[in-house]
Amino acid sequence: MSDFESMLDDPQILRELIMDHYKYPHNHSLTDDMKYRKVHMASDSCIDDITVQSEIEDGVIKDIRFDGVACTISTASTSIMSDLLKGKTIEEAKAIVSQYMNMVDGKDYDADLLEEAVAMKNVYKQANRIKCATIGWKAIQQMIEESEAEHE
Amino acid sequence: MIDVQAVRNDFPMFKAHPELVYFDNGATTFKPQCVIDAVTSYYTEHTSNVHRGDYAIAAENDRLYDGARSSFARLLNCQPKEIAFTHNASASMNQIAYGLSRSVLKKGDVIVTTEAEHASDLLPWFRLQEDLGVEIRYLPLDSQANLDLTKAEACFDEKVKVVAVAMVTNVLGSILPIKELGKLAHKYGAVFVVDGAQAVPHMPVDVQELDIDFLSCSAHKMCGPNGVGILYGKYELLEQLEPIFMGGDMNARFQKAGTYELKHAPTKFEAGTPNIEGVLGAAAACDDIQAIGLEAIHAYEKELRSYALERLSALENLVIYNPDNAYGPIAFNAKGVFSQDAAGYLASRNIAVRSGNHCAKILHEILGTDSTIRASFYFYNTKEEVDRFVEAANDISLENAIGIFF
Repeated sequence: MSDFESMLDDPQILRELIMDHYKYPHNHSLTDDMKYRKVHMASDSCIDDITVQSEIEDGVIKDIRFDGVACTISTASTSIMSDLLKGKTIEEAKAIVSQYMNMVDGKDYDADLLEEAVAMKNVYKQANRIKCATIGWKAIQQMIEESEAEHE
Repeated sequence: MIDVQAVRNDFPMFKAHPELVYFDNGATTFKPQCVIDAVTSYYTEHTSNVHRGDYAIAAENDRLYDGARSSFARLLNCQPKEIAFTHNASASMNQIAYGLSRSVLKKGDVIVTTEAEHASDLLPWFRLQEDLGVEIRYLPLDSQANLDLTKAEACFDEKVKVVAVAMVTNVLGSILPIKELGKLAHKYGAVFVVDGAQAVPHMPVDVQELDIDFLSCSAHKMCGPNGVGILYGKYELLEQLEPIFMGGDMNARFQKAGTYELKHAPTKFEAGTPNIEGVLGAAAACDDIQAIGLEAIHAYEKELRSYALERLSALENLVIYNPDNAYGPIAFNAKGVFSQDAAGYLASRNIAVRSGNHCAKILHEILGTDSTIRASFYFYNTKEEVDRFVEAANDISLENAIGIFF
């Protein structure tokens, strides 16, 4: 196991990772730039209310941003997602999203692909919080699908 | 005095979950064995439809179903024929709003309500704003959702046709001055509608003394089954109110040409086969809380709440939003912790509370926060449970809230 992998196995480190992404979320501002797609995620629950934006061009996710009111898990999982998927091709991103969804469903997953997102590996044990851990991920999934539909 | 330990022995949920502290009674309540028995007796002893059968079990079923109106009539001090059963409190409010939209209301008329209302007392009126062009006005509330009566009359003029308010608001537990508001409504010729969902289970509500025209509440918040709402109306007003649902049992006759004659209230509001077993369970619950006594329930809950408030107020990590209200739930947050994270932490300590905006989505402008944690009590809760709750609340921190995932 590499140092990085063993770090991501340490509950204390994972807890701090979530706390850090919650207190200081990355890519946490929206833009008016019309090149960006936008998804407002507010219908799944009455608590979380976030907007995710992405710039997808030539099959590559060039940028991801988000903002809104949400719990630690929603905020941190979206922040981690924005770091992880930024710069990835749509194909790479889809593979990562699918592994992530497996993880939050309590199924087998490829931890190497998920990097910091493994911090969410235990969320499936609190069934009512799974939607928190997937809110931002579903937003990017939707934008990827929209972008693919346009280019078909 | 309530013998709480004896009361708790009647509730199977406490046996199934001896470790759980249930402070989510504003959402729904536990059921005593007598309610469960009343529901199952329908399945085991007198399964049949209502108002349709010519045989003995059907007659018994009719007697019990229509008899349930008497239980609620005693509770609210009205006549049994002034009680109709709907599917929940929202259904009752929709019935009232729809009925009034077909008779009393027209474009430009005003509905007076408050910003502390539950969705069930706002969205039916919002739809009339959209469909009919009525206007909605909000009574002025302070930061703990209390009404300053001296300022209330400024909302009134001859255009006000309906006043619709919750007797007890569901997040902050403020008690609105119902009798005075009723007088004000009637002075301007308006129909006075009260959402009793958070009041009727917890305190004496006398619809005659308060001069309430229509009232809604739900059985499941008073230890009864889900799927049963209560609609009270003064009989002459119920007779004038058009039913929202048309169908079986509520009609007297109809002809090929499309003409029809409806039954009288309350049956005309009960289209289709009702939730018969639910209504029987609701009556059992209604009888049960009356046997305990609404005065006693109210006094006990007040005492429990003030004990909880006193102990919670001593905790430095909390902000309490309704410390001055003498009654109802306690709305709070832990500093720097999102409400759902804090509720998740409390859940990890076996304490059930609700987080979020509690279906009162425009209240945040009064409250100054988007979401809160709500701890709501009932007569079967104890000071020992409050102690466990306070102990756990003292430990709410961002670190602990995230810690539940590891």
